Amino acid sequence: MMVEVLISLVKIFVIVLGFVMAVAGLLTLLGDRKQSSKIQNRVGPNRAKILGIGVLGIPHFLADGLKLVLKENIVPAGANRFLHTLAPVLVLAPALIGWAVIPFMDHYCTGTMQTTAEYTEICVGGEWKNYFSIMHLNAGLLFAFAIAAISVYGAAIAGWASNSKYSLLGGLRSSAQMISYEVSMGLSLAGILLIYGTLDLNEMARMQGYLLWDWLPMWGVVVQPLAFFLFFLAGMAETKRAPFDLPEGESEIVAGYLTEYSTMKFAGMQLAEYAATVFIAALIAVIFLGGWQIPYVYADGIRIFDNHWVPFGEQAWYWISIFLRVHAMIFKILVLVWLQFMMRWTLPRFRYDQVMTLGWKILLPLSIANLFVTALIVTLL
Amino acid sequence: MAKKLIDFVKKHFGDEVLDAHSRLGNDTVVVERGRVADIIARLRDDDATQMNMLRAITCVDYLHREPRFEVVYILYSIAKKHMLTVRVVVPEDDCNVPTIEHLYGCAAWMEREVWDMYGVTFEGHSDLRRVLLYEEFEGHPLRKDYAKQASQPRLELLGKERDSVEEFNRYVKDKPSEGSRQA
Amino acid sequence: MAEDIYKPIDQDIHSEPMILQMGPSHPATHGTVRFTLTLEGEKVIKCETEVGYLHRGFEKECEEATWTQVFPYTDRLNYVSPLLNNFGYALAVERLLGIEVPERCDWIRTIMGELSRLSDHLTCIGAGGLELGAMTAFLYAIEGRELVWDLIEQVTGARLTVSYGRIGGLKDDLTPDFAERWAYTRERLIEIHETTHKLLTRNRIFLDRMEGTGVITPEMGVSYGYTGVCLRSTGVAYDVRKDHPYFKYGEVDFDVPVGKHGDNMDRYLCRMEELVQSIRIIDQCLAKMKPGPINTDDPRVALPSKDKVYNTIEGMISHFKIIFEGVQVPAGEVYSYTEGGNGELGFYIVSNGTGKPWKIHVRSPSLIVMGGIHKLFEGGLLADIIPTFDTVNMIGGECDK
Repeated sequence: MMVEVLISLVKIFVIVLGFVMAVAGLLTLLGDRKQSSKIQNRVGPNRAKILGIGVLGIPHFLADGLKLVLKENIVPAGANRFLHTLAPVLVLAPALIGWAVIPFMDHYCTGTMQTTAEYTEICVGGEWKNYFSIMHLNAGLLFAFAIAAISVYGAAIAGWASNSKYSLLGGLRSSAQMISYEVSMGLSLAGILLIYGTLDLNEMARMQGYLLWDWLPMWGVVVQPLAFFLFFLAGMAETKRAPFDLPEGESEIVAGYLTEYSTMKFAGMQLAEYAATVFIAALIAVIFLGGWQIPYVYADGIRIFDNHWVPFGEQAWYWISIFLRVHAMIFKILVLVWLQFMMRWTLPRFRYDQVMTLGWKILLPLSIANLFVTALIVTLL
Repeated sequence: MAKKLIDFVKKHFGDEVLDAHSRLGNDTVVVERGRVADIIARLRDDDATQMNMLRAITCVDYLHREPRFEVVYILYSIAKKHMLTVRVVVPEDDCNVPTIEHLYGCAAWMEREVWDMYGVTFEGHSDLRRVLLYEEFEGHPLRKDYAKQASQPRLELLGKERDSVEEFNRYVKDKPSEGSRQA
Repeated sequence: MAEDIYKPIDQDIHSEPMILQMGPSHPATHGTVRFTLTLEGEKVIKCETEVGYLHRGFEKECEEATWTQVFPYTDRLNYVSPLLNNFGYALAVERLLGIEVPERCDWIRTIMGELSRLSDHLTCIGAGGLELGAMTAFLYAIEGRELVWDLIEQVTGARLTVSYGRIGGLKDDLTPDFAERWAYTRERLIEIHETTHKLLTRNRIFLDRMEGTGVITPEMGVSYGYTGVCLRSTGVAYDVRKDHPYFKYGEVDFDVPVGKHGDNMDRYLCRMEELVQSIRIIDQCLAKMKPGPINTDDPRVALPSKDKVYNTIEGMISHFKIIFEGVQVPAGEVYSYTEGGNGELGFYIVSNGTGKPWKIHVRSPSLIVMGGIHKLFEGGLLADIIPTFDTVNMIGGECDK
């Protein structure tokens, strides 16, 4: 019992703090600044050094954090202090809690692994233990989605509690945008649900190991390409990422609902935005890009067409495959995050009514159509 | 081409015209202020002239001359590419001119600027207030007898702002570590 | 039909329009303008404009300075294209004086004026991209502007407040390596122009934001005194450089882009095309230019050469009188107009025969545009104010004088 609690704590520490905050936060800030400076033909931050090492401007992340901690906390006059302080929490917490169900690797098998003809991995002579996610829920997808929806409250409350018309406009825009795009997100996931028949994220990742015609990995993007694009777009709109970043205006409404925030509350909201970006990237990686699967790499060797190799022997290969798979998951997340940054720095911002039109008149009918077609195909096949 | 516009004005409004010349290529007529709105309306609407663009309205202050001011209207025709300067003499004690706000959309702001800078009122203008300076400003700066070294009234602070400014001053005065700052 | 359902609901809910101050310090109102917007949801019902936050008393200051001392003040009018202001003013004074400048001076004035116009349009396009969220386009345009400013700095000595023009000529000739530096700059500018086109012009989001917003009809444009790109985008082909050529615009070959719809997209496209045309003008000028003097030798205006000043008494007296008493401009008045970055920049100058101006009035295109800008905002959304305000390119220094 104690051991399990301890293991959970370690997992939380490693995944949430180690991966999300440090790597994702650091690399997203880094990627945001250095990548953008590469695109924009300038140098980017390169001054901060720790102990003389200032590679790629990484210490800027710490420098920013330190600076923000030391600033003065200003709450606007007439603002509701409790709500003003609550809002960043409501934005940051869902972005981090959602990580409870993201699997970085299949559960561990104490016996030997074997791959069946349908490319499922079964554990022979042992039992499954220890999932590589903080929590193993049968309804993992539902949990993730529900938690993502709570962040609507954070943005709306931030806009309201700041006692400023600009913030109010930002808060209204953000709540309208987020609830509009959640509908499309949910419906595109419904197609996935029909195909995989399970809400468990780990199971979904396992099922994406299936090789159609012995060479085409049945990743979500292959099975449901339309749902991939819809979910990607809707996910970007959920996290208020450019080009959907009109709640944070930045030129029309002077930072929107973030206007009246300073120090760590502001840092919290910005970090929450980055963490949510990584979270959506992780969800897309698990659902559509095969999660921790590498094509043709299985726990008991490499299989392609009908060939089967086991380099380095079975036992060693199992550990190698675990190592490779965890890194594959991280790599996919980082690629998706990088893609989102490229879109941010290239595209201009939408206008409010255009965002609504896109969400309700284009994405929603498309996701319903997607669901329809998927249902037809699943019934017929 | 140069004299055509002047002849046109003289023909239709001959008794208003005080002077006319074409020095330096700018056709100019000097008119009485009574019917300036009609003159300009005729220039705008007539097919022969079609002065559909109002380039500028400004005013010149000839300090020791009577009449003191001359309001200058510069009209232009995009189609016919000719320009006419209409000058209106305005005495100092009766400083107003009929407005041409209804003829051109830009005239409203240009007349506000002349009022702001020179103090010439425009009869019939719907919204004659200062455009470049703040409302509490006293005087009309571009007049030649404007006291340049005069200080202008500061804006009234709102109640909250005044309290916070006084509070800050008190804070600065009481803190001994502020060095040489005198509140 | 649907409105009938809403009427009783509206009366119950008692909604009222919201008044929002898009105040002088706002990221979008660059150049400090204040809009008091009455909003219903996100729609703008009424807009009141208030300018004058940057008023520095240009016209009053000019009455205290000699004719040559006005040049630094003119720099600070439209501070993104200062050379155009300088030369516009110099042209006006030269008309009053009745002097002709040498030919090379006219060529150089054309070149430097077009360089300034490049800088103005690049700033406008870049700022437009930035405020719409396409920050990359902004940085490309700023890189282009830096190259243009490098050139201007080589020739005039300053990047922004150049004071390069003089009555009857210029401060200095072009640098000897101007042509090669221009060759490098123009290649880079053309690349930047193409990259910006690829980034923005056919981008669906950009088109959605810019097309159909901020529409001016031709009649409204002419009546409200709009000139320059704002008027040409509506379809009225009025360009001072073509209609009343000055400097050497009559001898070079260039096109003037004219739009159709009068919306933001047309203004943006007109400015992009004018970049290309300015490059064309500069190329032709450099090809046709011949060496020669750049300042007039009229003794009323031109400062004598330094060896005459230090060695002859007439030179010294002439130098002293021209500098201290100013160039003695004969009495009279003139209105002279050139094509500034934003429209027709006019100077109405009145002289009383002394070395100091009696009156200088600047017909600033930005102030006139601000007079009519509420018409562009009303009826649109709050988010449409941003691209509209950007593309009309209101420069604070020019608007508030």
